Parts: sequence; C-alpha cells; structure tokens
Amino acid sequence: MTTPTPDDIDAILTEHMHLEGPLLPILHAIQHAFGHIPETAHRPIAEALNISRAELHGVISFYHDFRANPAGRHVLKICRAEACQAVGGAALAEATLKKLGLAWHGTTANGAVTVEPVYCLGLCACAPAVMLDDRVVGRLDGARMDALLAEAGA
Amino acid sequence: MKIYIPMDSAAKALGAEKVVAAIRAAAPEAEIIRTGTRGMIWLEPLVEVEIDGARHGYGPATVGDVAGILDGSSAKALGPVEDLDWMKRQTRLTFARVGLIDPLDLADYAAHGGLIGLRRAIAMSGAEIVAEVTQSGLRGRGGAGFPTGIKWKTVHDADAPQKYIVCNADEGDSGTFADRMIMEGDPFTLIEGMAIAGLAVGATRGYVYLRSEYPDAIAVMRRAVEIARGAGVLGADVLGSGRTFDMEIRVGAGAYVCGEETALLNSLEGKRGVVRAKPPLPALEGFLGRPTVVNNVISLATVPVIFEKGAEYYADFGLGRSRGTVTLQIAGNVARGGLFETAFGITLGEVVNDLGGGTMTGRPVKAVQVGGPLGAYVPVGNFDVPLGYEELDAKGGLLGHAGLVVFDDSADMLQMARFAMEFCAVESCGKCTPCRIGAVRGVETIDRIAAGDRSAIPLLTDLCETMKDGSLCALGGFTPFPVMSALTHFPNDFATQKEAAE
Repeated sequence: MTTPTPDDIDAILTEHMHLEGPLLPILHAIQHAFGHIPETAHRPIAEALNISRAELHGVISFYHDFRANPAGRHVLKICRAEACQAVGGAALAEATLKKLGLAWHGTTANGAVTVEPVYCLGLCACAPAVMLDDRVVGRLDGARMDALLAEAGA
Repeated sequence: MKIYIPMDSAAKALGAEKVVAAIRAAAPEAEIIRTGTRGMIWLEPLVEVEIDGARHGYGPATVGDVAGILDGSSAKALGPVEDLDWMKRQTRLTFARVGLIDPLDLADYAAHGGLIGLRRAIAMSGAEIVAEVTQSGLRGRGGAGFPTGIKWKTVHDADAPQKYIVCNADEGDSGTFADRMIMEGDPFTLIEGMAIAGLAVGATRGYVYLRSEYPDAIAVMRRAVEIARGAGVLGADVLGSGRTFDMEIRVGAGAYVCGEETALLNSLEGKRGVVRAKPPLPALEGFLGRPTVVNNVISLATVPVIFEKGAEYYADFGLGRSRGTVTLQIAGNVARGGLFETAFGITLGEVVNDLGGGTMTGRPVKAVQVGGPLGAYVPVGNFDVPLGYEELDAKGGLLGHAGLVVFDDSADMLQMARFAMEFCAVESCGKCTPCRIGAVRGVETIDRIAAGDRSAIPLLTDLCETMKDGSLCALGGFTPFPVMSALTHFPNDFATQKEAAE
C-alpha cells in the first residue's frame, strides 16, 4: 500500500461526488486502495464536500472500520459476540492474543497480522467464527486457529 | 450430473470451497450449481446430487467424502433433502427459494415464483398496495414489530418531490443471520420487495445499507442489482410499467448503532452514526430530510410472497397479532443450529430442545438469549413461552430479529451481563447520557458485584431503570434486558464471588 497523491484523492472524489451522501463511499474507496485514510486526504475531502475538517474527523473516528494508519498485511477479525462466547469464543480469542503477545487492535512485530475484535459475522450457528481479510472461517478451535495464523505468516 | 453446493458464507466458513474444488477435480463433467443454504448449518457444507429429479443430500461434507458422494456410497447420505424433518416441518414463505436456486439466476428466480408479486403490484395503485400490506399483518422483522403497512401509508400520504426506500441490512445482532442468508441466497426477492415498496409509496430511489462485516452478501447484492437493472426489473421503466425505481448498495463501517434507523440514515448521509430524536419520524423526514420507508431485510423480502399469494394467505399463519411466519435463527451452543421458518406461536422449548437438539456440548441448557445482544436471557423455566411479539413481551423479553443463542450450564451469567454493558459502552453513539455514561458505570458496577460487593446490586438495578427510561434508542434502552434478566433469573452467578470471599 502506498500513500495517495493529491491526484489519487481527486480521482476518488470525482468518481463519487454524484452520489447522495458520498462521504462513506469515498472513505471506503480510499481505505480500500491505500489501506488507511491518511491525514493528507482530509483537506481535499472536506473542501469537496463543503464540511469542516473537524466534522470529517468526527465521521472518520466514529466508525470502527476506518484507520488513520495502515494495518498489518492481513487483518484477523475475531468475533466477540454472544453466540461465539457460548461455544468458547472468548477463551479462543484470549489464547490467540496471548500467543501473539498482542492486545486487541495490535499488529504482530513482523507486520503480518492485525487482530481486531468484531461483533458478529453472522456465522452464529457455526461459531466460534473469524474473518481473515474477506474470508470467513467457522467452528474454529485452537488447532485451526494456529493453521490460520501460520497461513497469514503471524 | 447436477450437483448443488451452497455459496453461503456459513457453508464457505465450514469448507465448501475445498469441497467444490475436490468435486471439480474428481468429476469435471459434473454441472455444479452454487446456491444459498437450506439453513441446516450443522450439515454444511451440504452437497446435493440430483438423482431422478430429486435432490439427495450429503453432509457435512469434507474433501474426503467426495468420492463416496459421487458414487453414492457415502455414509453422509441423508436422502432427499425435501424429506428431511427440518425441511418438512417448516413453512418457508420468505425463504422459499433459498438453498433451492442459483441466487444470481434471474430466470430461475422467475421460474420459482419470482416477479409475480411485482407484476401484480404494478397493476395496483399505491394505496391498494399499501392496503394489501396492511391486510397481511406484516410487522417489522427488524425487531420493533411496527406494522409495515402503517409505515408505508405515512410515506405514501406524505407530499414530497423525492421519497426513498431504505433497507436496513445492518444485521449486527449476535445470533442473527437471516438477513445475510437471504441476501446471499435469494437477493432478487429483496430487490423485488423494495421495488414494490417504491411503487407503493411513490419512491423512485432505494438504498440497502449493508454492514461491512458481510463481504459475501455485499458482492452478491451488488451483482444482483446489476443483473436486475440489466433485465429491466430496476430502472426507468420497471418491467415495462413506465414507472421508475432504482437502487444502490451502500456499505456500513462497523458501527453497531447504525442498525438503529435514524443512526443508519445519518450514516447513509455521510455523517456520524448518531441517533436522531423522534419525532420527526423517518417516514416524514428521513434520508436527506425526505419521506423514507426504513424496513428490515426480512420485512422487505417478505413483500413479494405476500403479493404472489395474497395478503389473506399470509395472514392465515401466525398467532394473535403476530401474523405470518417468523424466521428463527438457532445459534450458539446448540446441536443443530440454523434457520427455521415457521408460523409464529412455536414455543421456545420446542425450538431449542426439539429442533435444536439441545446443546452441542451435551450439557444441560442454562439460558437462551432471545433477540440479540439487547434481548433477555430466558431461563429453561420459561421454555413454554410461545414465540410472538406480545407473548415474549409478557415474559419480560423481546423477540427482536428472532435470533436465539443457546448457552449451556458452563455459562457465567454475571460475565454475560458484564459483556452486555461493555458492548453498549463500545457501541454507544454518545448522543444520550444514560447510554454513553450508564454503560461504562454498568461495567464498573458489575465488577464491584463480582468482587463481592452486594451493595452494588441495587445500584445496578437503579442504573438499569435509568438507562431503560432515559435512553434515546434501543441500545441504551434495551441493554438492561440482558443485564436484569441475568440478575433476576441467575442470582447465584452474582453471589458466588461473595461466598468465595467469605
């Protein structure tokens, strides 16, 4: 992932300005392309939408998905919600974090994996569930989690 | 040879893609059709092989089972899927096509009753469409249970240059996956339902606000909208009617509170997902201040079948003021988890013990959380309660989106109560004080109880009263349901630390 140039930001803005309520699609597009929403993008977005930078900061910081800094090469989202807890999800999450020596939102030292909490992946009948990037995995146990982490290079 | 394999996320999460690859390698001549899931998640990946016109199931399938499935010798054989007890006992109206058809095959959709409802609606006036929905008794399946027809009438009667249909697909409640299942398994039914809603109220534009945690559903819905547009189901001339309706898929950004309709509208507008005070109702001042129908996925996806079969047909199912079918999602620590669509009125005990087969671990059931993270923990003693909006309300619970999360006797209900408060603190939008501050104080107060301070129990009760009465929306207002139900029904879990300390 690189840092967007002013032209990159302009291109994304141009692509989305015709939408009703374009801000979230713009933020998603920037993050999708560059892995995060850098500070340098704030001013052009705010100007294009005629909102203050404070308002923009308020929006970006409100949503769990948007990052000010890039994540690791892979993002592992571990579900913390009730259905996963009912089948040992909390213990699995705790063991995984301990093993990686991370707290929630932390990234492994080699930059391979960022671990995030997520509240429900809709896989409640095959819990515990996680999502590695965009790929869902259900009925996880310690061994399958280890395999997943190894695959991600953690 | 025709082989059907789900592409639903739950099937994928359990290894469907590996099974598909193995079948492709072993039987390159076989025609593989990807479908939604039948809802029997404990059997996923469920491979169905068409034999003499009937679809025979094999599941849960692994790569090692493929050879046996292809030659019919597999020990995982279940017989014809339609004859399975789980399928036969259901009344599948909303989910009739899910698991049956290729979700992105519009012709197959039409061959299975799709678009009949929309064609019928095109021949009706807006007021007639609204009356049909009112007559069906359909109530909001998102949780609040507000009569859909009344909401539509308000928007229909409003005078405005632009109106909107907004589908709430921000299915954030743990234990619920019906929205995801239908969007991945039968997306055209949601599109058709939204088009009918548009014709009813005079809205030409629609949005689906779909949570980012559902990448598969987003991909299927986006593709389905393109296909529908290409086929003239959406656009400037809906099925040649001369009427306009088009729609767009918008992706959320990980905020649970955006499942609350006014927060959702703010988010859609590009603002912080902060709850708005009501009134004004979204039906009068919704998206961009215009009259807006905001309905849950299942509510809108049920509209086509109501128009296909008629309001009377739909209303004939159900119990009391809960008409039609409820899409139960059986989840958590349960032997047979999945989606089961049935008329309202089935008891909780029947669902958990009979359909679900008790816990997955084989230990006794301790509690079932009904209706998501804001729903009450129902003890086994209340298993005779019939599942209906008013019936659960009378027992101090709420049906919500009809998700049921089963816990065995190893669950620590104090920890579950603490989690409810912690979740509320993480996800609070911050607009109202009882929710923003109350949830934080709730976690602290439960920690005091856990440390043996019994004097904190009345404090927690009092705090819950304040949150319930003073919060702006259901997040702060209903978090007391899981907390107080845990405290009321499982007092021992709130006393153990104290005894240990003594």
